[in-house]
Amino acid sequence: MSKPLPRPTPETQRFWDGAAAGELWIQRCVTTGRYFFYPRDYSPFVTGGAVEWVKASGNATLYSYNIVHRPAPGFEDRAPYALAVVELEEGPRMMTNIVGIENTPENLILDMALRVTFEQRDGMALPVFEPAVAA
Amino acid sequence: MKPGEVAIVGAAESDRLGVIPDMSDLQLNIDASIRALKDAGLTAGDIDGVASTGAYPGEIAHTLGIRPRWVDTTSVGGCSYFLHLRHAAAAIVSGMATTVLISHGQSGRSGVGSSPFSFSASGPLGQFEAPYGVAGFATMFTVPVLRFMKEKGISHEQLASVAVAQRKWAALNPRAFKREPITVDDVLESKMIAYPFHILECCLVTDGGGAIVVTSTERAADLGARPVYILGSGESSEHTIVSQMSDFTSSRAFRDAGAMAFAEAGLTPSDIDHLMVYDAFAHVPLYGLEDLGFVGPGESGAFVAEGHTSPGGRLPMNTNGGGLSYTHTGMYGMFALQESIRQVRGEAAAQVPGVEVGFVHGVGGMFSNAGSFIFANRRP
Repeated sequence: MSKPLPRPTPETQRFWDGAAAGELWIQRCVTTGRYFFYPRDYSPFVTGGAVEWVKASGNATLYSYNIVHRPAPGFEDRAPYALAVVELEEGPRMMTNIVGIENTPENLILDMALRVTFEQRDGMALPVFEPAVAA
Repeated sequence: MKPGEVAIVGAAESDRLGVIPDMSDLQLNIDASIRALKDAGLTAGDIDGVASTGAYPGEIAHTLGIRPRWVDTTSVGGCSYFLHLRHAAAAIVSGMATTVLISHGQSGRSGVGSSPFSFSASGPLGQFEAPYGVAGFATMFTVPVLRFMKEKGISHEQLASVAVAQRKWAALNPRAFKREPITVDDVLESKMIAYPFHILECCLVTDGGGAIVVTSTERAADLGARPVYILGSGESSEHTIVSQMSDFTSSRAFRDAGAMAFAEAGLTPSDIDHLMVYDAFAHVPLYGLEDLGFVGPGESGAFVAEGHTSPGGRLPMNTNGGGLSYTHTGMYGMFALQESIRQVRGEAAAQVPGVEVGFVHGVGGMFSNAGSFIFANRRP
């Protein structure tokens, strides 16, 4: 079984197009300037408020994670692997994987600095994160 | 609602719990419903409201011959039955229904007549979590815990002690699925599922059902039942996917639902004799203890490890053994409610002496939704 692919919707298409180009695009509320994730048509901070797309810096820190020992279908080759939640420099958090480092409790230290990179999968690209400084 | 206006007059679980390969989801619902009706001294003709998840209210009504004038299909995960009970109470007070049946039945282990968990590749989970290797609830519900442990100073041993404490209760309960005593070392040496969670820190997977009959306190008095009065209740909803939980160290849904229940009842945590907190995984009762105000921030791990929730402790919690040791069909909330009702009635397997007021708290999704109740054996 192959790894699952996201199926973009109109409100998320820009995010996935950005990923395919090697860029992390997120949104912010035009009124308040606050960033949020995941993509949507209206601001979660102002009812009906306009939103705009912004290219994120790609810098993040490790907010939390677990290490999956019973892998999802298609992920048998990776187990054990971390399901991580990172906090982007802009504020929003997203789930991701940590690459470029063995996924062990010793290596994965909360608040460690991370940098976005992209995993190619069947014509799409997924934002994943690697240590910002080589371990 | 005013405290004590509505009362539970019937409550029962399916005859069997655990491994029941000869019964479907629907028949587990029906078995539990018939037993709850008998417990109330009622028949299907007395019921005019039905609540369960998804398609089941209609199927239960049709199967039992109920003619409902009120239906609730709220499906917010394992605490759905909390919301059903709350909505039913409101319907009874408003006159939309007189006597409501709330039912759960799930062939979670055997998978007979049940639908597997599924989601769309275009929804939030399908787009923003599943592609990273989500492998069921054990991998989603557990993601916040390392941040919780770091910020609250909670150790792996303290997390494991939740499973140890609940197994002590299960040892006193002949219906519990797992009853052999365990130690913190046993938990930490058990198979790793999703670090830092070992298998003994994850809920069971079982088959079973449960049902509740609720009506006005006025009508309850005519039934000659042993009513359990609803003093307060709350419900809340926050995120959908776990990565968007606003604070990994505290559940907003827990705080809001719990505060609502206490405010409605006019009570505080010190008034509570017995506590149930839905334990899908060992960290959930720790969040519950803190977010509901039973202990201060960061105190939950030591509180459980020191035995305060164990048999003989000052705040008996999850006294059926919980989802970790008693049963967990998938949507365990009904069983947390059942044990709270039994304790308040004074008829639990591991009965805590002198329980007058109980608090029961349920979670749905991954800290996504919550429901809370305060029950009492006397009308205020």
